[in-house]
Amino acid sequence: MSDANPILSGHGVGFLAGGRKLVAEANLELLGGSTTILIGPNGAGKSTLLKLLTGEIKPAGGEIRIAGEPLAAVPAWRLACLRSVMAQHARLAFPFSVYEVASLGVDGIGRALTRQRREAIVAESLAAAGVIDFAGRRYQTLSGGEQQRVQFARVLCQLEAGRSVAERQVLFLDEPIASLDLCHQLALLDMARAIAARGVAVLIVLHDLNLAVTYADHLIVMDQGQIIAQGPPAKTLDDALLRQVFKVDLTLSRAPAPGLPFLLPQQHRARPAA
Amino acid sequence: MTLAAPSPTMATATLTTLIASRRRAGLLAIAGLALACLLLTIVAIGQGAIAIAPGRVAEILMARLTGDTSLLEGRDVLVVLNIRLPRVLLGLLVGAGLAVSGALMQGLFRNPLADPGLVGVSSGAALAAAATIVLGDRFLAGTMMKLPFAALPAGAFCGGLISTLALYLIATRGGRTSVATMLLAGVALGALASALTGLLAFWSDDRQLRDLTFWSLGSLGGASWTKLTVVAPIILPLLLLMPLLARGLNGLMLGEAEAYHLGIPVQRIKALAILLVALAVGASVATAGLIGFVGIVVPHLIRLSVGPDHRLLLPLSALGGAMLLVGADIVARLIVVPAELPIGIVTATIGAPFFLWLLLRRTSLIDV
Repeated sequence: MSDANPILSGHGVGFLAGGRKLVAEANLELLGGSTTILIGPNGAGKSTLLKLLTGEIKPAGGEIRIAGEPLAAVPAWRLACLRSVMAQHARLAFPFSVYEVASLGVDGIGRALTRQRREAIVAESLAAAGVIDFAGRRYQTLSGGEQQRVQFARVLCQLEAGRSVAERQVLFLDEPIASLDLCHQLALLDMARAIAARGVAVLIVLHDLNLAVTYADHLIVMDQGQIIAQGPPAKTLDDALLRQVFKVDLTLSRAPAPGLPFLLPQQHRARPAA
Repeated sequence: MTLAAPSPTMATATLTTLIASRRRAGLLAIAGLALACLLLTIVAIGQGAIAIAPGRVAEILMARLTGDTSLLEGRDVLVVLNIRLPRVLLGLLVGAGLAVSGALMQGLFRNPLADPGLVGVSSGAALAAAATIVLGDRFLAGTMMKLPFAALPAGAFCGGLISTLALYLIATRGGRTSVATMLLAGVALGALASALTGLLAFWSDDRQLRDLTFWSLGSLGGASWTKLTVVAPIILPLLLLMPLLARGLNGLMLGEAEAYHLGIPVQRIKALAILLVALAVGASVATAGLIGFVGIVVPHLIRLSVGPDHRLLLPLSALGGAMLLVGADIVARLIVVPAELPIGIVTATIGAPFFLWLLLRRTSLIDV
């Protein structure tokens, strides 16, 4: 929380729905070049916080700034150049082809680019997401995991098209690996980190704690609408927090090589019922 | 770096060929349909009690366009220019308007079933038109006589706008449009509007009743240049402004939040689409009555042949809808000569079985 110039920052951000505080007094900063991972139990307010930060919903209090400007003052098209969002549910009405879905990412904000450049961006993104071989297929005929990778390709397209307008960008991924097999989970998270290495601020919502501590530069733990803890993963997560937030009585272990903490859910079964 | 590593250069080359061939197919479809539409127009003008050869029709039209009066003599010139041409032009305009309205509503609601006829927008417009006929005639006779025709499209337009807005408001909670609510609410609104139209019919005298029957079955019979000059400025904005909506509607296929993330001005797109649909449907209902199935059959046929991209879907729907209505009008005029069948009967008898056949054959492609 010490960088003088975060790409996106939130101070005292809150959101109310039906008299209930879904997000309360959230303070956070997303730095360029850094991967932030947001974890928390179901209903902790992770998705709501993400919606607030992407501008989809307006906060009831506090202030969010993106690239130095108040988020609410940035018009939709310029916001689309500044940040790219992969939402949780990949629904699609009507049988669009995979190519058409991915090119939605450049159709709007890439209008200033030449057609050749736009087509190149889509092809590169499809190749990067490993779905270029499906380009001509109908989106609906793909498996859930394949659809998720197509959505990722679309998000990559938008990020690349936006780069011609905005230098400082944010990438939001809401449970991007929920339907992926392990190989593709790791590959997608590797790519997210590679994008961060280019100077983009990356925020990922994850449920897998092991992957979260492995890939995060900065870990944010949410529970009941509040940010309970944040910082480097090794210093943020401890046994007490796990018990309090995730309601699991597990012990963090240390992997031999880089000293990152990890969990063995096997302990849960081995332990007699408490 | 990549999620899977096949041979990227090979795949990219295949992709480039694929995109190029799709674009060619799209442009070819537009050019082909435009040409077919032109030919059908010329054939349609020739059909009727006095048959005129397509060559002669083309000659008269060209002479009229170039201002060459030497060829503009004879009874057939009068028939072509004063009777047939306005009727066919009205058919083109209403057909294009209805088909594009259908495509826009399906895009807006992200649902293949949305259609101004099915979800009650047309019934709302018809109710307003009926109210204008019966109540306007009864209570405002003095003022109505001055603007007897402009009041009808205006009334029908308000009816269409009110039902579209009501539908949208009922089906939308917290920024999300519920498809099931939309359809059920549309059925309910349609039933209510039909019941009220029936009530008006109950109250009306013989002349008003005859006018009302005209609305409920649809016909291009009343076409005239005067009607065209009133209707064209109401339907044309939809056809001229639809390119502005295409990209936004494509984005909306992912959902409203995702469309917003893509930088699409979602609210503006929705408002413009609703306004244009209400205008076009109101004007069509006011001049040609209730004509069903154009708005649902045409966009689906186009989607099945060239895909759902609105940049192609909207112009192709306009051309397809125009052709369908002009073709149906030929059938309506010829099948029971010398009488004329209401065109709504023709479009529904062609449209409904065709739609069922489409559903049985290609269910997987229509499923959301």
